[in-house]
Amino acid sequence: MKVLTLNFLTCAVKACKSTSAAFPLHPKDCELVSDTLEANPKLLFNILPRIDWNALIITASELGFPTLPPTPPTPEQLENDPKMMQELHTLLLETQISEGSLVCANCSHEYRVKEGIANFLLPNHLV
Amino acid sequence: MLPTPSTSHVEFDRIYEPAEDSYLLLDTLSSESEKAFLQQRFSRGTSDVVAHDPPSPFVVEIGTGSGVVLSFVDAHAETIFGRADILSAGVDVNRYACAAAGRTVSVAEQEQVAKGESHGFHLGIVAGDLVGALRPAMVDVLIFNPPYVPTPDLPALPTLSEEVAAPSFEEDSYLLSLSYAGGADGMETTDRLLDALPEVLSRERGCAYILLCAQNKPENVKQRIRNWGKEWKAETVGSSGKKGGWEKLQIIRIWRVESLSQEEEPK
Repeated sequence: MKVLTLNFLTCAVKACKSTSAAFPLHPKDCELVSDTLEANPKLLFNILPRIDWNALIITASELGFPTLPPTPPTPEQLENDPKMMQELHTLLLETQISEGSLVCANCSHEYRVKEGIANFLLPNHLV
Repeated sequence: MLPTPSTSHVEFDRIYEPAEDSYLLLDTLSSESEKAFLQQRFSRGTSDVVAHDPPSPFVVEIGTGSGVVLSFVDAHAETIFGRADILSAGVDVNRYACAAAGRTVSVAEQEQVAKGESHGFHLGIVAGDLVGALRPAMVDVLIFNPPYVPTPDLPALPTLSEEVAAPSFEEDSYLLSLSYAGGADGMETTDRLLDALPEVLSRERGCAYILLCAQNKPENVKQRIRNWGKEWKAETVGSSGKKGGWEKLQIIRIWRVESLSQEEEPK
């Protein structure tokens, strides 16, 4: 699963969904793989406006990526900053989580990721 | 006609095999009328200036099975949505289906690349129950081919267990039953999905395509959605044709229109 997927996921436990701590889920002991993709600035520009940037800052830092600026760059800023363009391309488009866990900061449940598939099925006591 | 993605790698003894319902979804989503609806809803506008594009649509299939529908939409995004920069993702309760669907999308994307054509941007498939793991108000297009067959009982959902059951005929039959057995009126799972729609669909652009069979009482389903409020619409947009006066299978589109301004009277 692409790292970007984390921006769309939340803890599946009902009681957590209304809490702000359930998003973003926190990667733990994650193995990353990288696809090599051609630059696609248009895709980046059209993804950026729908990203929760604060959550992405957390995800990027927890996965050990370069620190993101406090606000999302505009397309103009990106075009004038090849380094940031490359960093966002790598983080958002190329990087996948293949193994590890995603942890909810509210209930501490760990969702396992195996072979790139995160498992959001809940154990009996949390259903 | 757009080519149907290959699913030759999928083990159909434990994963739902593409059938008439799956193909009705492909035909409906690539029909002229739905392309027009989706392109208008997610259009790039008239300007070529990239900065003016509306954000990439987030397209999610719930219950991917083999992934034939999701991979079709992803591979043919440019034809269907008028733009290739869609974000696609899938959810299935069957972990084998998740792996198969991921592979189906990747094969379909590679075929597009080999032809020099575009495809969408695939985020991944997650194992889970319906929309439980999705953040609210994010999904722009939701596609659902539910377990719609009326059955005396609804199979229990799998829960997380540390031991993975060894492959067996019983396990395979159970996994397949999750793909078709719908309980009372074939609607028990669809009802849960419908109840979650107002929360999971994006406020301005959200829409859903849901397959129903005649026993699901589609007219009642559509009326129920219209009763959510005057901004909610539900129409039949695809049908397998009539059999004894009944439309055996149909696809309903559910969407929200921007609320009318106060001086404008509803028609």
